[in-house]
Amino acid sequence: MSETPRYRELGLTDSEYELIVEKMGREPNVVELAMFSLLWSEHCAYKHSKKLLGKLPSEGPRVVMGPGENAGAVDVGSGYAVAFKVESHNHPSAVEPFQGAATGVGGILRDVFAIGARPIAVLDSLRFGELDSVRSRHLLDGAVRGIGHYGNSIGVPNVGGEVYFEEPYEHNCLVNAMCIGFAKTEDMVRAAAAGVGNAVVLMGATTGRDGIGGASVLASAELGEGDDSKRPTVQVGDPFEESKVLECCLELLEKGLLVSLQDLGAAGLTSSAGEMASAGGVGIDIDVAKVPLREADMEPFEIMVSESQERMLAVVEPSRVAEVRAICDKWQTGSAEIGVVTDSGHIRILKAGEVVGDMPVDALVDGCPLYDLAPAAPAAWIYGNKQTLSPSANSAATLMALLSAPSIASKQWIFQQYDSIVGSRTVRRPESADAAVLQLPESGNAIAVSIDGNGRKVACEPFNGTVEAVLECAQNLACVGAEPLGLTNCLNFGNPEKPVPAWQLDRAISGLASVCEELGVPVVGGNVSLYNEGPDGPIYPTPVVAMVGELPDPAKTAPSSFVREGDAIGLLGPFTPTMHGAEIAKQRGELEAGLPEPKVAAVAEACATVREAVRAGKVASAHDVSDGGLACALAESSIGAGIGCRADLQDLRERGCTPDEALFGEGAGGFVLSGDRAELEALGALIIGEVGGTTIELAAGDRSLVVGLTDATEAWRSLDAKAESVAEPPADA
Amino acid sequence: MKARVLIRPKEGILDPQGKAVERALPALGFEGIGNVHVGRMVELEAENPERLAELCEKLLANPLIEDYEIQPL
Amino acid sequence: MIWGVLQFPGSCDERDALNACEVVGDEARLVWHEDRTLGGGVDGVVVPGGFSYGDYLRAGAIARFSPAMEAVAELAATGGPVLGICNGFQVLCEAGLLPGALLRNEELRFVCKQADLLDDQGNVLSIPLKHGEGRFYAPEEMLDRLEANGQVAYRYADGHNANGSVRDIAGVRNERGNVVGLMPHPEHAVDPLTGSTDGRKVFEALEKFA
Repeated sequence: MSETPRYRELGLTDSEYELIVEKMGREPNVVELAMFSLLWSEHCAYKHSKKLLGKLPSEGPRVVMGPGENAGAVDVGSGYAVAFKVESHNHPSAVEPFQGAATGVGGILRDVFAIGARPIAVLDSLRFGELDSVRSRHLLDGAVRGIGHYGNSIGVPNVGGEVYFEEPYEHNCLVNAMCIGFAKTEDMVRAAAAGVGNAVVLMGATTGRDGIGGASVLASAELGEGDDSKRPTVQVGDPFEESKVLECCLELLEKGLLVSLQDLGAAGLTSSAGEMASAGGVGIDIDVAKVPLREADMEPFEIMVSESQERMLAVVEPSRVAEVRAICDKWQTGSAEIGVVTDSGHIRILKAGEVVGDMPVDALVDGCPLYDLAPAAPAAWIYGNKQTLSPSANSAATLMALLSAPSIASKQWIFQQYDSIVGSRTVRRPESADAAVLQLPESGNAIAVSIDGNGRKVACEPFNGTVEAVLECAQNLACVGAEPLGLTNCLNFGNPEKPVPAWQLDRAISGLASVCEELGVPVVGGNVSLYNEGPDGPIYPTPVVAMVGELPDPAKTAPSSFVREGDAIGLLGPFTPTMHGAEIAKQRGELEAGLPEPKVAAVAEACATVREAVRAGKVASAHDVSDGGLACALAESSIGAGIGCRADLQDLRERGCTPDEALFGEGAGGFVLSGDRAELEALGALIIGEVGGTTIELAAGDRSLVVGLTDATEAWRSLDAKAESVAEPPADA
Repeated sequence: MKARVLIRPKEGILDPQGKAVERALPALGFEGIGNVHVGRMVELEAENPERLAELCEKLLANPLIEDYEIQPL
Repeated sequence: MIWGVLQFPGSCDERDALNACEVVGDEARLVWHEDRTLGGGVDGVVVPGGFSYGDYLRAGAIARFSPAMEAVAELAATGGPVLGICNGFQVLCEAGLLPGALLRNEELRFVCKQADLLDDQGNVLSIPLKHGEGRFYAPEEMLDRLEANGQVAYRYADGHNANGSVRDIAGVRNERGNVVGLMPHPEHAVDPLTGSTDGRKVFEALEKFA
C-alpha cells in the first residue's frame, strides 16, 4: 500500500514539487516544504488568477499606491490619501463564523495600518444560504457578532455593507471585509525590506499554533464532509491586542523609526518575511528561537507557518531597535528582534544559530507556476430554481414578497450591532443614504464608500453581470454626490480547475477590466478567493467591488428617503428594466442564463448628472434602483421617510418593457430622485409621481398596486422580527 | 498555592446569559435542566495566599453584583 | 476650563471627547493612564468610552486601578467635574466614585442607535448609545436613595431603554453632583453634520464645577 507523498497532502502537485526540487537543487526539508506549500497555495500565489488580473487597469493620476502593496491608496487632496482594500475570509468563516469573521476584520485592518494609514472605517459584504436553514442562521449570527466584536472593540466604525441570502452559498458562505484608512501621503510606507544588516523586528502577540495548515490551505481546497476537523486550525482574534499594536505602529511610523512594515496574515512569518525580501530584492535570516511563543515546544516549521493574529513585522536600523522596543513596551505589546536583512537573496531559517531551512527568495515568493484556465461556458442555467411566489400573485402581494425578502429587507438588525459612529466622521449612517459618507476635516472634504457584489446576475452572464455590479457601485456613490477615485475587489468563485467556474472567472475579470477602463476608475488592489464549492456545486460567481469616491462638501449629500409631502418624484438615467436575474425571477422560480448588456457610457453620464445635482442641492433625495426594481426603490424611499407616494410608470414602458418589468424589473442606470418638479425636469428626469399620503400607489399599464405604508414598513423590517429567531434554534426542531 | 476562583452572578440579579442558555436547552434535546447561571472562572498560582480574598473582593469579582468562591487546587 | 481626557489601552472615543470639549468652547488634552497627575491647569476630567483593557474580566475593572484614576479621585473629592461616558461610567462605578454597576445588555447583543434621554429637568436629549454592557443595576434600597437624593441624572425616554437598565436609568451622579456617568455618548452629539447637538448640554451642565 503506497502512502500519499507529504507534499501532496500539503496541496502541491507532482509537477509543482519537481519544480521546487529543481529550483532548490535538492529535495526540500520539512521546514522548506511547509513554507513552499503555503506560498505556492492558491490563496497566496494566485496560481489560477494572476494572469487574468493583469488585465485590470490600475493606474491613474490619483493613485498613490497600486496593486502589490498591502493596500491601495488614492489622493484626496491637500496632501492626504485614503487607503482601502477588501479581503475574503470565506473558508474560516464557514467553519467557525465568529472567529472567522472577526479575524477577517483584524486582517484587513492590519493591511491598512501596515502602509501607515489610520483605519477610519470598515464595511462588509456577506452571503449565506437561505434563512430557513439552521446552518445559515448560525453562520449569519456568528459572523455578525464576530465582525461587531472586533470592529467595536478596536474602535473603528462599521459604516456600511451588504448581506444576501441565496441557496448556492448554503455550504460556502462569503465573508468579505473592507477597511478604509487615512494618512498624509508623505507618511505612507511600503513593505519592501531594505538595508543589508538592518534588524527584522516582530511586534504584537505571541506566536502559537493558530491556523497551522490554516487559511491558505483551507482556501485551496473545496470544503467536503468532516470539515469540523478543521476547527482547531481556525485563528482566534484579540482586538484589544490589535488596538495596542495599531497605536504602536502608527507612533513608530510618525517618529520615522521604521524602514518598512508588513502585517502577518495568511501563512504568517513565511509570507510576510518572504514578501518583504522579495519586494526589496534582498535576503532575510530569521531565527525562530527568538520568536516569542505562546506554546512551548513549537517546531521551526510551525513557528514559520503559524497564523497567530495581531502580529506585525518591521525592518529597523540597528541603532533604533531600542527605541522601537521602548515604544512597544509603552503600548504594552510584545517585540523581539528575530532576524536580519542580508544580501544573499535567500530566506534562511535558523534555530538558535543553526540553519534549518534555506530557500531562494524568488523561488519561494515568485517561483510558483501560473496556470491558464480551460474555460467552457455552461449549456444552460446550472443553479436550479425554487418557486416561493406564484406568478399569478397580484402586484401588491408581489411587492410585499420582495420587500420582505431577507436579501432586500432592512438590515437594521445587523448594523445596529456595529458601532457606526466612533471617530466622529460618519455623516451618513447605514441605510440613511445609498453610500456611507465620512468627513475628512483635515483635508477639507469628504469621502463616500459603497461595497456591492452580485452573484446571481454574474451567474446569468458573467461579463455583463460584473459590469452591472460596478455600475451599481458608481451609482451609489453618485447618490451622495461622490465621484469615484478607485476600486478594490474581491473575486469569490468556485474551483478554477473546472471548466464552468473557469469560464465565469475569465469573463468576470474581463467585464471588470472593461467597465473600469471605460469609467476611468483604477483598480488599486483586491483579493481572490477560489475553490468555493461544496457537494452541490460552485457558489454563484461573486465579484464584490467597493469604490471610494470624493465629495467636496459633506453637508451636501442626499438621503435615500423622500423628505416632504408634495415633492415630485423623477426617474433619471437609461434604466431599461428586465426580469433577467431579478429578485422577482428568483422568487417565481424563473431564473435562466442571459443578461442584457448594460449601457456603460449612458449610465456614467447619468451618474455625473445626479452627482452634480446632489452637490448643488437640487434634489431632496436620491436612491438607485437595484434589487426589487423600481417598485422596491420607491417603497424604500417612502418607508424611510414615513411618507407614502404615488407613481405611474407608463412613460417608462415606452422604453419597451411590460407592466411587470416596469414595476419589478431590474438593471443598471436607474435613479429615483425627489424634489422640486422644475428642478427635476431641468435635470432630464422623467416625472413619474409625487411624494405624499399614507399609501404606496403604483401603476404601470394594466398593473397597479396600493399598499399601506405601515404594511410595507412591517414587511421591510421583517428581518428585525425574525431577528432573535435567527440566533436561536427553531422551536420545532 | 494553586487556586481556582469561581465568580457567579449574585442571587436575584437578572442573568440573561443564564436564561438564554436555559431556554435553548430543550430544543437541543436536554430536558429537565433549570436554574442555569453563567459566571467566570479564574485560575492562578499565588505565592502569598493570604491576600487572595482581598484580590477577589477588589478585582476578580464586583461584590455589588457577584459572589465568589476560592477553591484551592 | 481645561478638560483632561483619560486614555487607557483600548480607549476608543477619547479623541471624540477631546473634540466635543473644544466644540463647547473649552480646552482639552489627553491624559495618559500611567500619569499620576492630570497636568497643569486641568480642572475637569472626562473618562471616555471604548474598551479599556478589552473589557476583559469586567468592563472598567482593570482601568480603575490606573495611576491616573487616583488623580481623578482627588479631583472628585475637591468637587471638580468628572464625566464618565460609557466605558468611563463603568470605570467610575468600579472605582466606587459612582453608585451601581453596569451589566451585559438584557438582549445580550451590542446595540448602536440614537436614543431619547430625559434629564432631571424633563428636557429631551437625542444622544446615541453604543454598548454591549450598559444595563445599569443597583439594589432597590440604593435606587430609592438615589432617587430621593436627586442622583438620577439621565433616564431613557419611554421605549428608548435598549439595554434593560433598572428604572430606565441612563446616567447617575454622586451626592455632590460633580461626578456624572452615563452610558450614551454626548460627545457624538455635538455636531449637526454627524447627528444632534444635544450632547453639548451634558458637558455644559458640568462646567460650573470647574
